[in-house]
Amino acid sequence: MGDSIKIRATVSGEGCTVKAIIKHVMETGQRKNVKTGKVIPAHFIKEVTCTHNGNEVLSASWGTAVSVNPYLSFDVHGAKAGDRVVLSWTDNHGQSDSAETLVR
Amino acid sequence: MAAAMAIGAGVLTPRAVLAAWPEMAFGAKNMGASLKELFGANAITESDAVTIKVPDIAENGAVVPVAISSSLAGVQSVSILVEGNPTPLAAFFKLGKGAGGSISTRVKMGKTSNVVAVVQANGKLYSARKQVKVTVGGCGG
Repeated sequence: MGDSIKIRATVSGEGCTVKAIIKHVMETGQRKNVKTGKVIPAHFIKEVTCTHNGNEVLSASWGTAVSVNPYLSFDVHGAKAGDRVVLSWTDNHGQSDSAETLVR
Repeated sequence: MAAAMAIGAGVLTPRAVLAAWPEMAFGAKNMGASLKELFGANAITESDAVTIKVPDIAENGAVVPVAISSSLAGVQSVSILVEGNPTPLAAFFKLGKGAGGSISTRVKMGKTSNVVAVVQANGKLYSARKQVKVTVGGCGG
């Protein structure tokens, strides 16, 4: 669990900044295999959610236009050191992963 | 059934596997249609309260950093659309209580076009746009 996600939450301003990188191919379904000429099927993250101390602060829907190995950063107001932040994703193949970190 | 649908998901018209995923909005071929699917309306107001930060020139269209922030109160969602992509909607972020109004991520761009940030606050849509010149596209093969 969590191998695909690197996540960090650091105190900043009036809360914390969450930064995450997810390892994923984010295949658009428009590219072709150069050798075979076959279309490479779409394979991309559709849903990303993030909770802060169990409360959902972000729920994202992504399309194929999000870059390979997606990067995501956002702020959570009112967060303080020691708070728990959990990020999880689900892709169009039904695969998923989640990772958690403590605000530092 | 769900698994079969996932495997059978069309290449050109991806079918939603998850109910909540706004399939029609992501499949829409232009911005207006996409916004209409997402919000039920496509009237957007250009606003100084929305800031979009993108590079002027992207050497690699596959990785274009986008940072959106807003000074609006009561932000409900933030969307990123790339006007020139075959399907403009790139990402839709629903913000819960406690989330600040700023989001950064990276998107793919097929060609030079506007990148549009749409911020939904108090039921209204506010936007900001900025052109990015793409030297190598990031969508084709």
